[in-house]
Amino acid sequence: MMKEELYEYILGVADNSLILGQRLGELCGHGPSLETDIACTNISLDLFGQTRSYFQYAAKLIGNDATEDTVAFLRTEREYRNVLLVEQPNTDFAYTIARQFLFDVFHFLFLDQLKNSNDLNLSAIANKAIKEVSYHQRFSTDWIKRLGDGTPESAQRIQAAIDDLWRYTDELFHTSNIDDKIIEAGIGVNLSELKDPYYSRVIQVLEESKLVTPESKWFQKGGKAGVHTEHMGYILSDMQYMQRTFPNMTW
Amino acid sequence: MTVIQGVHIDEQLIPILEKVSDPEIPVLSILEMGVVRSAQLDKNHVYVKITPTYSGCPAMDVIGDDINRALKKAGYTSEVELVLSPAWTTDWITPKGRAALENYGIAAPLNPEADKAVLLEGKRLVSCPQCSSKNTRMVSQFGSTACKAQFQCDDCLEPFDYFKCLK
Ligand SMILES: [Zn+2]
Repeated sequence: MMKEELYEYILGVADNSLILGQRLGELCGHGPSLETDIACTNISLDLFGQTRSYFQYAAKLIGNDATEDTVAFLRTEREYRNVLLVEQPNTDFAYTIARQFLFDVFHFLFLDQLKNSNDLNLSAIANKAIKEVSYHQRFSTDWIKRLGDGTPESAQRIQAAIDDLWRYTDELFHTSNIDDKIIEAGIGVNLSELKDPYYSRVIQVLEESKLVTPESKWFQKGGKAGVHTEHMGYILSDMQYMQRTFPNMTW
Repeated sequence: MTVIQGVHIDEQLIPILEKVSDPEIPVLSILEMGVVRSAQLDKNHVYVKITPTYSGCPAMDVIGDDINRALKKAGYTSEVELVLSPAWTTDWITPKGRAALENYGIAAPLNPEADKAVLLEGKRLVSCPQCSSKNTRMVSQFGSTACKAQFQCDDCLEPFDYFKCLK
């Protein structure tokens, strides 16, 4: 296995945390209440912290003066490997929570397997991150229940968000040829094994929340191959602004 | 020196590192917090390994700088390395550290079962750092920093932070 392949694999994992972290960071000062504002930005901070650990390792792998910052900020849209789910906008609080919940359930199962990676750097990151993600999952699950089993308005909104975001869930389990090699080497996580536990956990929570599981079998994909939704360019223009304007700047 | 299991800190470095505090909880030394995993002296050079409480803890860069500064002042050269494994747990906060937290107004972490019960089931088990009453409730699972939850005491009515259990 080549270093470049492991690098690509790590991007596929870390970009999810990076872009979701960026989305949640947008809520800083804009959350619907002080508590939810702080919760979303705290989760964002955890995700950025995890991203830093992944990117510091990735930068070491490729060398050539790469740093966590160049990996994070100096790629073009097609070079980001995150799933489409995490780049979807904060349409309303229900969307923010539905997106978080649909990702958290996956993220927890994923890290629980990555803990056993043959790669000691990745298993160390996973062991650290899973403790944080268990709190994220509690937070988003709790809110799914409160909104689903809340007022008619909250139930209608969270159902609409789940219905809309459902199409992005299948991509969580897609792998590239490079991913397959890394999985083969005992470093990556075999995503197909996560699919059943994922959907059974999600459906269980939806039922407890008096929400309807979408029946649609039509799923959207592309992010993992660098083909993103129209939202991605806007995220990057915000996120990369400082590095593009003042190249190599540091705080 | 056996503050924390599996930690190796050379005796003569303890008085120096003891004075470096967590910038977000200034009453707590980094040794009591359990973030220093090793500090070893080789001639005049010190190798320090620290581990973050949470991955995104913004204090880690500052702690690294503060350690280097403190050691330089004491006449040593030094380097600080951030290690992730084994992952930090709230069990590594020393008894002295827990007391310092409580004095500062932050409730120290409970055991994992009790922690779950207060955060998920709304059980009243956390003692108020102001009046010691257990008539307290969670206001928000996330508080002023990622490691804390926001609580309120229903007897003295003071809001306070609870340091969440991380294991
Ligand atoms: Zn009180």
